[in-house]
Amino acid sequence: MARTLTILQAINEALDQEMARDSSVIVMGEDVVGGSGAEGEMDAWGGPLGVTKGLYGKYGDRMLDTPITESAFIGAAVGAAASGLRPVAELMFSDFVGVCFDQIYNQAAKFRYMFGGRAETPVVVRTMYGAGLRAAAQHSQSPYSIFTHVPGLKCVMPVTPYDAKGLLIQAIRDNDPVIFFEHKGLYETEGEVPEQSYSIPFGEANVVREGNDVSIISLGLMVHRSLEAAETLAGEGIQCEVVDLRTTSPLDEDTVLESAENTGRVVVVDEAPPRCSIATDISALIAQHAFDALEAPISLVTAPHTPVPFAGVLEDQYMPDAARIATAVRSVAGYA
Amino acid sequence: MSGSDVRALVMPKWGLTMTQGVVVKWLVDEGADVEQGAELLDVETEKILSAVESPANGVLRRRVAAEGSTFPVGGLLGVIADADVADEAIDRFAATFEAEFTPETEAVAGEGPSPQQVDVNGHSLRYLKMGEGGEPAVLVHGFGGDLNNWLFNHEALSAERAVCALDLPGHGESSKNVGDGTVASLAQVVAGFMDAQGLPPAHLVGHSLGGAIAAELAATAPDRVRSLSLIASIGLGREFRPGFLDGFATARRRRQIKPVLEALFADPALVTRRLVNEVLQYKRLDGVEEALTAIARDLVADGQQTVSIRERLATYPGRVLVIWGGSDQIVPASHAAGLPDGMHVEVIDAVGHMPMMEASARVNQVLAAQFEGRLTA
Repeated sequence: MARTLTILQAINEALDQEMARDSSVIVMGEDVVGGSGAEGEMDAWGGPLGVTKGLYGKYGDRMLDTPITESAFIGAAVGAAASGLRPVAELMFSDFVGVCFDQIYNQAAKFRYMFGGRAETPVVVRTMYGAGLRAAAQHSQSPYSIFTHVPGLKCVMPVTPYDAKGLLIQAIRDNDPVIFFEHKGLYETEGEVPEQSYSIPFGEANVVREGNDVSIISLGLMVHRSLEAAETLAGEGIQCEVVDLRTTSPLDEDTVLESAENTGRVVVVDEAPPRCSIATDISALIAQHAFDALEAPISLVTAPHTPVPFAGVLEDQYMPDAARIATAVRSVAGYA
Repeated sequence: MSGSDVRALVMPKWGLTMTQGVVVKWLVDEGADVEQGAELLDVETEKILSAVESPANGVLRRRVAAEGSTFPVGGLLGVIADADVADEAIDRFAATFEAEFTPETEAVAGEGPSPQQVDVNGHSLRYLKMGEGGEPAVLVHGFGGDLNNWLFNHEALSAERAVCALDLPGHGESSKNVGDGTVASLAQVVAGFMDAQGLPPAHLVGHSLGGAIAAELAATAPDRVRSLSLIASIGLGREFRPGFLDGFATARRRRQIKPVLEALFADPALVTRRLVNEVLQYKRLDGVEEALTAIARDLVADGQQTVSIRERLATYPGRVLVIWGGSDQIVPASHAAGLPDGMHVEVIDAVGHMPMMEASARVNQVLAAQFEGRLTA
């Protein structure tokens, strides 16, 4: 039976079901238990937002609180994965990857290739991303394109509770390192989630709204804003097809190209800055393989090429919103 | 239709959760002669695109619903009457209907019958019961299906009787353990389900794999089966669409499953993105691929069906109805030929492997007649 859960609850349920199914699954990170040695609830906080709450009581020493040293515990997770466990490590903010990037980029991503296919690294790094929470430049970025650039890593960003559970279960069962991006602004998003375990294959984009006039290719929180824009535009007679990439590596090129060929008019929406980004990558893909179908220049709606501002009024301007997306769609739809 | 009858054409209710539908396109002009069961307009719901059929013979006197507009279940879409009924009478009918109509609210819609779970022989089975009393009927879906396959039939058939549709083991929201997955063991589960429900002898309706299961039960426990209705059943011939079972069992992606599903229908446009997504959501559940693979193993070998129910049917003394879509691409309609005397055979033109969905009005009529013993061979 399906019930309504939040994304936060769906992630918790995926961890719970996989830990119950497979004793090699462990969870590690800062405060994933609570770690202070205090009594009761104070000692089972379940991460800064409570995503892992309740798991310590069920799985005990398979829930590991770590010191605040990403370089150490991400490295430990990668090593544990290479030697038989399936660790899910929580890198609290994806902005912190700088101190543990070697462990991810030059170790985990390379083992399968450096050791002749004889080593596997089934590690999952769960990590928060995204702006909108007044958390300033060091806690608000969307650095998924940095990870997507690295061969050997898989990059996942769910936008519904159904996808969050199914993609996280797939991530845990996958034999390669997976970076699992959780948007801070989406944890309370609700949706139907089956009670049973299920997995969603990577590289399968989701067409979340069908339309024949303009394609909006999007990911993460921006999918919700694209849907909001599409609803407004439908009232003006512009039917948008909204594609949620779901995973940027592997990338479902076929669904992107199919949509672009269907509409001939494309807007790509990305919360990250525009240089060397998912938006430019998707744009290049379409220009290269669907050029003949295009009826208008591809339009990119992205953040500006600046750090995320702390001032609220500036941060709101920084993030693409439904109004900006709608403006871009109108311009592309009207191009002759 | 007698001279002065005026009939309302209303938004149908397809499935428990449907509260409204969008009128996509009218298929016949105002003033056209229509027969009962003729497709009059296409309606799209959250789940499915299908045609609304005429409730009577007559003339489509008014197209009330504009294309693109949304109507609640039971809302007036059009008016059907004989040609000699005065225009004023038609207008009066429509005005009175609109004045008296109250759409059911979502709260009321949620209070209807809802699916239940029951434990049978170590399986947790989901089922949905509609209607009360009478000689009950049991609906058994086919390979990869579930109780929602009877979306267009369940309520119509339950007007005079209790009708139960279940999810077979490995299917829908039933548990995914299928044991040895053979037709005989699945028939035992259906028998166990009837026991658990305390059902008296029932009319069995089986689609595809469900047909072979129903026939097995009729042959082994004829006193429990009031009549047998087989829709596009397996077990009546050897041919079977190559690659269909494996293709369905192993597909994990939209591009893989879509062509498989399109082969089920005469009109591939019925395979909407939503239908594909619902099948994929089921296919992604842990244990489903293993369950389907285990069941498929018993059905087809070297591209030929290995299950035969012709001898089983010969031992069943009750009424047997066989329904087929003339354009079935999975199991050919030619398998309806050469059946023993006394069986009623109904082949419906331009319909594929899912006649209960693609020609629901006709299938509902024939099944009702079968239940009431009104069919002749």
